[in-house]
Amino acid sequence: MSDPSPTPLVQIHEVSKLFNGVAAVDRVSLDIQRGELFAILGSSGCGKTTLLRMLAGFEQPTSGRIVIDGVDMTHVPPYERPVNMMFQSYALFPHMTVEQNVAYGLKKERAPAAEIKTRVAEMLALVKMETFASRKPDKLSGGQQQRVALARSLVKRPKLLLLDEPLAALDKKLREHTQFELANIQYQLGTTFVVVTHDQDEAMTLASRIAVMAEGRISQVGTPGEVYEYPVNRHVASFLGNINLIEGRVTGKDGNRVSLRCETLNADLSVLCEDAYDTGAPICVAVRPEKITISRTPPETNNRNVVKGIVRDLGYFGDSSLYRVKLQSGAIIQVSAQNLRRTAKLTVEWDDEVYLSWEVPSTILLRA
Amino acid sequence: MSKAAANNGHDSRTWLRRAVMLPYVWLLLFFLAPFLIILKISFAEPVVAQPPFTALLEWGAQGFAGIRATFENYTFLFQDRYYGIIYLESLKMAAIGTVLCLLLGYPMAYFIARQPPRRRNIYLLMVILPFWISFLLRVYAWIGLLGNKGLINHFLMSIGLIHQPLPLLYNDFAVYLGIVYSYLPFMILPLYANLERLNLDLLDAAADLGAKRWESFVDVTLPLSRPGILGGCLLVFIPAVGEFTIPALLGGADTLMIGRVLWDEFFINRDWPVASAVSVVLLLLLIAPILWFQHIQNREQGAAS
Repeated sequence: MSDPSPTPLVQIHEVSKLFNGVAAVDRVSLDIQRGELFAILGSSGCGKTTLLRMLAGFEQPTSGRIVIDGVDMTHVPPYERPVNMMFQSYALFPHMTVEQNVAYGLKKERAPAAEIKTRVAEMLALVKMETFASRKPDKLSGGQQQRVALARSLVKRPKLLLLDEPLAALDKKLREHTQFELANIQYQLGTTFVVVTHDQDEAMTLASRIAVMAEGRISQVGTPGEVYEYPVNRHVASFLGNINLIEGRVTGKDGNRVSLRCETLNADLSVLCEDAYDTGAPICVAVRPEKITISRTPPETNNRNVVKGIVRDLGYFGDSSLYRVKLQSGAIIQVSAQNLRRTAKLTVEWDDEVYLSWEVPSTILLRA
Repeated sequence: MSKAAANNGHDSRTWLRRAVMLPYVWLLLFFLAPFLIILKISFAEPVVAQPPFTALLEWGAQGFAGIRATFENYTFLFQDRYYGIIYLESLKMAAIGTVLCLLLGYPMAYFIARQPPRRRNIYLLMVILPFWISFLLRVYAWIGLLGNKGLINHFLMSIGLIHQPLPLLYNDFAVYLGIVYSYLPFMILPLYANLERLNLDLLDAAADLGAKRWESFVDVTLPLSRPGILGGCLLVFIPAVGEFTIPALLGGADTLMIGRVLWDEFFINRDWPVASAVSVVLLLLLIAPILWFQHIQNREQGAAS
């Protein structure tokens, strides 16, 4: 799937974009490999759309360089870039039919009419819209418009396809379906996709790598597994999925194991870490709800962090349950447990006194 | 309770309907009624009397005696080439004036629509501002500007650029100037309303697919602004065809427009029946572009729905 050639398709070097002196994108550097399905994930206003628009050529970086396929594209206008974009609003031309919309890019290329016809037909077949070729966009459903927009942006065979919130306008069921279809099409064509999204599920299921953005900067780049299981800071940790953040102070270090005292949990915990820590230094650790085991009997304490509390809230989803456990100190820890055994009676109920425990390696150390 | 509420809703709807009906009644009374009177007069014969035309219905000693109507006024209009020429001349002048308004108004409307929202209102206000002064006064003011001893000629002569005053007033040029000046806002406003709604993503999409700026204008902006162009053109063209004030004040003796002919027939020749026939034919001429516009709009809506 990915090209063995060492140079990345897209190289973003120290790119900044200022609007009225405010940095929307702040010294971002990023490499995107050929054939990747790369997601830029962040909440609204984090600069992800501005970064995408700079890749498309709609915005010029205030400083920095953008190299696409070895050519400096920083100041090349959008109509001369080997890049196409699928817009969040789809931006289908309302006065043109589906066929004319898809053909537009090839017409601007001055491709021969016969070639335009076959390539448009190919694209419409790829997105399963052949039968709608002569319709106007306003006669199509949201999902159909999305397919036409995808076909239109792919017909010129761009080296890089940019997708701005491609699934945001679809309803939940269609979104899940389209997600896999999009990944399939990407796999079939081998085109490099860059998807901008605020939806962590979308990024996790679609992308081979994710860049998490906040306040114009990239917090972390990695595979979905890396950013989920090894978040580098609080923002990444809390943006992707549920997490329990725990503040404490270092009490000692034994090999690669740092022990800390956490007042809010009223507990002593351990976390694995190679770095040196001074005793008494503030430290922030975290643990995902699904990594925690909940039990009414005291668990084994070997290589595990253990705290004690009372079940305050219980959400039963059938396949799993979510517990909100209040500790003696008043802090709340969320626990998610798979309901592995078939039983109508819950083993843990409201107001039960419970032990929460998780393996020391499951404890995440957050550096910032 | 629910029945009362339903009743209430029904009542408010009937009231709303009545309120909406009011302007229609107004139009019916003050447009249709005078028109019917004009139509009636156009079938009469001129007489030297008060009123200066024969009655449509004749009353004998035994009451109603018959209808007295003649098509002579219309046949006269069609036989005398003079009127045909003037109708064509009016249509031509209005058409040229409309095109000039479009050429000037489109860039202005486009410019205003691309401004940040706060500044748009200032520019729009500047377009509408001339309406605060009477139309007649504004047209009259051009005489002071364009005349042989007017501001423009005076200035050009004083700086030595010309030695003879330029013939700026009392000719077709002055009439076009007056039409463009007076009707430009009617072109700009519908165009602005249209261009302001344009989804700018469409232009980005066109650029993304390989269109240069002028290409995306021709391929996207222009076709999508067609309703605004048609609307603006009708709003300028229709009143301009029957325009009286501008040719009367700014035009020369050879500027023939149907509005002046109407005036002359009514008030100088005192031939009310012919004058009425002139205005009825004018109305029929103007209905044609309106119907055409309706047809295009219906077709577009039909294609859209």
